[in-house]
Amino acid sequence: MKRYPWLSALESEAIEIMREGIAVAARPVMLYSIGKDSSVLLHLARKAFWPAPPPMPLLHVDTTWKFREMIAFRDRVAAEAGVRLIVHTNREGVDAGITPFTHGSACFTEAMKTVALRQALDAGRYDIVFVGARRDEEKSRAKERIFSLRSPTHQWDPKAQRPEPWNLYNTHLQTGESLRVSPLSNWTEADVWRYIAAEEIPIVPLYYAAERPVVKRDGLWIMVDDDRMPLEPGEAPRMRRVRFRTLGCYPLTAAIESDAATLAAIIAETIATDHSEREGRLIDHDDEASMERKKREGYF
Amino acid sequence: MTPTLRFVLCGSVDDGKSTLLGRILQDTRQVFADEMERVAEDSRRYGTRGDAADLALLVDGLQDEREQGITIDVAYRAFETPRRRFIVADAPGHEQYTCNMATGASTAHLAVVMTDARKGILPQTARHTRIVAMLGVRHIVLAVNKMDLVDWDRDRFEPIAAQYWAEVARIGVTKVQAIPVSALTGGNLTRPAAESPWHNGPTLLEHLETVDAERPADRQPFRMPVQYVNRPNPDFRGYCGRVAAGTVSPGDQVLVSPAGTPAEVESIVVWGGERQQAARGDSVTLTLQPQVDVSRGDVIVAAGEPLEVADQFQARIVWMGDEPLTVGRPYRMKLHTQEVGATVTRIRHRVGVSDGAELAAAHLKLNDLGVINLATTRPVPFAPFDESRALGGFILIDRATNATAGAGTITFPLMRAANLSWQAFDIDRAVRAQMKRQRARCLWLTGLSASGKSTVANLLERRLVSGGRHTYLLDGDNLRHGLNRDLGFTEADRVENIRRVAEVARLMVDAGLIVIASFISPFRSEREFARSLFEPGDFMEIFVDASVEVCARRDPKGLYARALNGEIRNFTGVSSPYERPVNPDVHLDTEKLSPDQCVKLVVRRMEDVV
Ligand SMILES: Nc1nc2c(ncn2[C@@H]2O[C@H](COP(=O)(O)OP(=O)(O)OP(=O)(O)O)[C@@H](O)[C@H]2O)c(=O)[nH]1
Ligand SMILES: [Mg+2]
Repeated sequence: MKRYPWLSALESEAIEIMREGIAVAARPVMLYSIGKDSSVLLHLARKAFWPAPPPMPLLHVDTTWKFREMIAFRDRVAAEAGVRLIVHTNREGVDAGITPFTHGSACFTEAMKTVALRQALDAGRYDIVFVGARRDEEKSRAKERIFSLRSPTHQWDPKAQRPEPWNLYNTHLQTGESLRVSPLSNWTEADVWRYIAAEEIPIVPLYYAAERPVVKRDGLWIMVDDDRMPLEPGEAPRMRRVRFRTLGCYPLTAAIESDAATLAAIIAETIATDHSEREGRLIDHDDEASMERKKREGYF
Repeated sequence: MTPTLRFVLCGSVDDGKSTLLGRILQDTRQVFADEMERVAEDSRRYGTRGDAADLALLVDGLQDEREQGITIDVAYRAFETPRRRFIVADAPGHEQYTCNMATGASTAHLAVVMTDARKGILPQTARHTRIVAMLGVRHIVLAVNKMDLVDWDRDRFEPIAAQYWAEVARIGVTKVQAIPVSALTGGNLTRPAAESPWHNGPTLLEHLETVDAERPADRQPFRMPVQYVNRPNPDFRGYCGRVAAGTVSPGDQVLVSPAGTPAEVESIVVWGGERQQAARGDSVTLTLQPQVDVSRGDVIVAAGEPLEVADQFQARIVWMGDEPLTVGRPYRMKLHTQEVGATVTRIRHRVGVSDGAELAAAHLKLNDLGVINLATTRPVPFAPFDESRALGGFILIDRATNATAGAGTITFPLMRAANLSWQAFDIDRAVRAQMKRQRARCLWLTGLSASGKSTVANLLERRLVSGGRHTYLLDGDNLRHGLNRDLGFTEADRVENIRRVAEVARLMVDAGLIVIASFISPFRSEREFARSLFEPGDFMEIFVDASVEVCARRDPKGLYARALNGEIRNFTGVSSPYERPVNPDVHLDTEKLSPDQCVKLVVRRMEDVV
């Protein structure tokens, strides 16, 4: 962290935020998406509460369409960290046969991510929900508080945010309300990568460039991770050297062509790129207000 | 120099803050191509500049903001140049959203106060300046914007800068850099504007990259508010917190404030190991030796450098609640990691926005600035805000709605619980007694040996303490062994003994205590002397009455027997007189009353004499 002296300040700030959340929480939980930000968040939780294991369970909302490598990684890492892993899937959605291919990305995301998350949060009655969100991800995210209030129906009201002076977080809640707590608020994508390198944090290998079977759809490289993916007539997976900037459901997450097979190469690429990481998320390609609207509805 | 400079953009609505930030981000290549495409699309839809890109849309990220063309809430952006990393808060200029602006300003090292070259210093410019100063920002850049609209006229720029300097000097901000800029053309933001050769100062970015805006960290004593106690197993007790000032190493002597318990730092625990030092800003876990009692809200401080502790403060406040601030209404106060009940006991004045005038006020409304007196339900460790942002900044939380109703800064304590030199306030007996929530006084028990003074005194003290009173029991035993060791039992020595007892009791009453003095004190003159040391009503003479015969029969120490044998000379009641009180405040006949009944009589009498 010597080359980037602010990383230790970001780390200390994130740890302070986590401890503040845990100090007041009755039912804390950490949303764990298996991506790079979640990996950093879990690492910080281990540091913050050492020698105790992180005092909150991990919650993974499994759409059943995650990359297989992600699931294997998730189970291994949770066991290593000594934390309880809660996996939730929207069973009604599965029973109704909702897939990204049959129902379209918007409907699938609504049922298997948004509704599923609400189900899981309701079931756990969590009051403090740690998330790996960063303000540099998106314009409406840049507006969000570190301790961000959610209504009993998990909605965010951007026009009624609590003032948040200094590091004095107001954690008082009415029945049913909760707080989304974002320890990585002030981090950038480059900070996350540099920190992963400095701390040697394990990440899903899909972030590194490798030969992978992909097809091109709407100009985007989609990886064929299993045989549930219907191929168009004449379409055949090709091996390409690709990697992922963000991870999610394989049919909805585009790869980029890249040779970056080391952290140093990834960091160099991240700094040099002229495209945001959102380009890889099919679900974000809707209209401008989509993210904010989704957040108001309880998706992030 | 701090590796990350945090700054806030503020100033009146439409003066160009968001545009300026968008421009800086674009000119330092922080904006992705796809982001820029969306801004272009948005500009056609919502932009204020025809079909040209409206760079404010890079940061005005809420749907309502884009539709209304104004900023509503703060946007935070982190970016870096080869020389420094920045976190910038783009604040709303609209008066209605002042509390959001204060949120953005609270964590800033520096404020860029913007003004429109055509309009100059507006009331809102002055309000924001006052708020950033109150929140501890000592470095200001005055960015006189839209210079392109006034032909980069030096004669427009200089009077605005001069007026601003005059205004800020009055509120104690001395480090102001004025820069003429155009957020539209980018002039003097990241490159010098060709149109203003007369400006020999830095560009905005140059100034931000080089300014040293952090308070000096050196030679401040160690302070760490405890956030969380980590107890994974019975063998480990770690105190988690972020160092607010100074440095700490294993072996350092510390105190736990407010209790003042001393301890030694045993180790600084980090993931998988220990470290040898931690400094301001570090999040750490400390273990102490011995394992003293520490909880969230306590502050671990360097020994010999105790923190002040108080329960009444004068503070500045910016009000953020929809409900006005009202005197007497109970709030929750969060100060570092501590939460206590707090009441505003007085609104000293409201601060006039543009001129700083002290205006009388019955309450403070949303976005008002004011100076208040505040009382907390228990004493809390703190530092004045000017010394420490971390230990002197607080928020008030509305108990009914849970809203964050105000952000305040402690200027000084009104009554000090700690023994530091006081400023304009006379701390007297009444003040000290009030802090203990009691009426200080001296309860003087007189009576023969074995009349029951000690029994009554002990029971009385227990009764008072269990009612939350602060007491002290003076009797022959604890004084004869120390203070009065040099005194014998001659008449002169017995008089001196009582004189000293009375003086000590007086000091203790002055300290706010309820003092129970239990002495035979046989002579009327010496009891009258004792009474003369106190204010009327502060001294109660309590006659513990039993006849010599009964006392001699009780004789628990066998003294009467020895005195009657002539072994003890000058023994009161036997060989020396006892002058019965003529008009005692309380008369306890211990031949008829139980000790419990006696205590009840005393307590009732104490309640009568207020
Ligand atoms: N000509 C000119 N116009 C400018 C300049 N800077 C900003 N503007 C315009 O002024 C208007 C307001 O700009 P904003 O950036 O939204 O102002 P703001 O200070 O962020 O406003 P609030 O956040 O709502 O307080 C927009 O139409 C801008 O394009 C400048 O330097 N020159
Ligand atoms: Mg703005």
